[in-house]
Amino acid sequence: MKELFPRKQLLGFVSSLILTIVALLVYFLDFSFTVGLTILLITAFTQAALQLVVFMHAGETKDRGAIYTNIYYGIIIALLTIFGSLLALAWGYV
Amino acid sequence: MEFFERFAIPHPSPAIYASMVAIGLTVIAIIVGLTYFKKWGYLWREWITTVDHKRIGIMYLISALLMLFRGGVDAIMMRAQLAVPENTLLDSQHYNEIFSTHGVVMIIFMAMPFIIALMNYIVPLQIGARDVAFPRLNALSFWLFFMGAMLFNISFVIGGSPDAGWTSYFPLAGNEFSKSVGTNYYMIAIQIAGLGTLMTGINFIATILKMRAPGMTLMKMPMFTWSALITNIIIVFAFPVLTVALAMGTMDRLFATHFFTTGNGGMDMLWANLFWVWGHPEVYILILPAFGVYSEVIPTFARRNLYGYRSMVWSMVIICLLSFLVWVHHFFTMGQGALVNSIFSITTMAIAVPTGIKIFNWLFTLWKGKIRITTPMLYSLLFIPIFTIGGVTGVMLAMSAADYQYHNTMFLVAHFHLVIIPGVVFAMLAGLTYWWPKMFGFMLNERIGKWAAWLIGIGTCVAFFPMFISGLDGQARRMFTYSEATGFGIWNMIAFFGAIMLAVGFVLIVYNIYYSTRYASRDIPADPWDARSLEWATHSPVPEYNFAITPDVNSRDAFWNHKKNNQKLFKGDYQEIHMPNNSGVPFIMSALFFVFGFAMVFSVWILAIISAIGIFACMGHRSLEKDHGHHLSVDHIKETEEKLGGANS
Repeated sequence: MKELFPRKQLLGFVSSLILTIVALLVYFLDFSFTVGLTILLITAFTQAALQLVVFMHAGETKDRGAIYTNIYYGIIIALLTIFGSLLALAWGYV
Repeated sequence: MEFFERFAIPHPSPAIYASMVAIGLTVIAIIVGLTYFKKWGYLWREWITTVDHKRIGIMYLISALLMLFRGGVDAIMMRAQLAVPENTLLDSQHYNEIFSTHGVVMIIFMAMPFIIALMNYIVPLQIGARDVAFPRLNALSFWLFFMGAMLFNISFVIGGSPDAGWTSYFPLAGNEFSKSVGTNYYMIAIQIAGLGTLMTGINFIATILKMRAPGMTLMKMPMFTWSALITNIIIVFAFPVLTVALAMGTMDRLFATHFFTTGNGGMDMLWANLFWVWGHPEVYILILPAFGVYSEVIPTFARRNLYGYRSMVWSMVIICLLSFLVWVHHFFTMGQGALVNSIFSITTMAIAVPTGIKIFNWLFTLWKGKIRITTPMLYSLLFIPIFTIGGVTGVMLAMSAADYQYHNTMFLVAHFHLVIIPGVVFAMLAGLTYWWPKMFGFMLNERIGKWAAWLIGIGTCVAFFPMFISGLDGQARRMFTYSEATGFGIWNMIAFFGAIMLAVGFVLIVYNIYYSTRYASRDIPADPWDARSLEWATHSPVPEYNFAITPDVNSRDAFWNHKKNNQKLFKGDYQEIHMPNNSGVPFIMSALFFVFGFAMVFSVWILAIISAIGIFACMGHRSLEKDHGHHLSVDHIKETEEKLGGANS
């Protein structure tokens, strides 16, 4: 029976519910802007990762390598673009 | 009548009225011609509804050649205006419109479809596939591109052309300074074409990763396919930025948002930033397939295998990452500090390293090769020195301190033309000549082809070298005239002669196509160049299903070993082949996109809403329809193969 029980999916489902509740707390409780936004960013990205890995089966086929390479490359490009733009338009601007 | 006033041209001239008449007559001629020769059914069945990657490739090719001439006419007009000081051939407004459309047409509607044309035709053949991964999506890509291009091209006769440069910087491109609908056309037409390009990117990554012939590992792929893979990865990561930037720009212009305005919390520099976050990778989207073409042509005609295959692959992978790290070098003078400029100077110079590796690999491939100078090879040999000059001046521009001198001058114009023309145009012409027999079953005339290559090669140098000098002397780009006292006259006159040589070269290419269509021998082998990669293993022209039997690949030069070392390429017997069905939906949906775009440009909301509903209806139809494709029987394949001269020989 143990192999048949969808433990990973159930845990994933519960975790995503918890992440949603935590994100909702930002609306109902009175956090400062910085704290609120930090919570939202962390829960949002964890949620997205959870969706990809658990529910969209990112690592479960033989395309695993290509899929993860793509995701990591996407993250790298996104970070470079965001921080590069901040550097060019805000921080490095004199 | 008030409603129709918006369609008037804000700044008319006799030339534009003449173009209106010419366009009207051409449309009538096409409609009458198709009706008279009863070709409507043929056009619809064989071309408009096709999902065959080869036919889509040819349609891309025709569009690219048409746009090459549209952009070329713009270029000749600019060079003619600047040929003598204080010329009055064009006024400043027309000059602005012409250089803006020249840039957009050449990059987005000429270079892009040209590389996608070759990728479409060649990549599935090189990997031994029957079609791309998503044939229907491929048709949608083409028609979206085509409708975007047509929407952009009608701007100069309906409502006015964009006039804020091909970069369309805000605040100049905002409503305050660009009052005509021209910039709306820019935002929306490029958006529609860009959607098609993004789909192509996804389609080709899936095709190359999933549909290679058995035994063809990634490191056994032909170099053109490798370059296509890397290019499409860059497309998928870069084009969304353009999509977002164009959407924001459209909102600013049509719905009074404040993303790029100078007041109310908007940031005009953000446009320049986003534009070049897409724009610099775009340069590599154009150049990498060109490198791929050279990597096919040079080994074929040097009769050696490609030197440094692995380093070629790795240099492209590195370029794929570095191309996203250099965009700020397009606006060094915008006012950011020395630290930022230094960082982007260094990344820019770093990208010259992998490019240099590729140049040396081609030189080493030529070294001790038995070189045959054919037309494609001639383009490749002309490319290496001219491109290197363009590239080295790029490294000069990359030094941010020195860039304050070069910025916005003709020096820059000379640099990027000397990179893009040998890098993209020569490569596409080389590829066109090289793969022409595969596409059409006859060869282009070598004699006329070489004349054209020499004219274009020398014309490029004559047209753009003088700009280095006038640019260093201070001639600014995008200025519609200059005084005699500046001394720029002589350089611009020389450049004008170069432009004429280029024009003659391109006319010769058209003549060559005409001449060869009429007179060239149809009795040519499937592999007329004695080439190395799989696309030459099937018949010319290629049957619908590409390969009767899927090839079995066990080395980098599988076809070469098949020819020279008697390795068997096609194992087994004919089997039924599953092919996709044609569909008219991509065309209809893209036509609706055209109507939607046109309605948005002129703020005709009711029409925009109706056409948007139509677009969603097409998507709904696709979601619900059952389309299992069709099967070609073994008898049908046997018959076709026999007619084409027997397979597997």
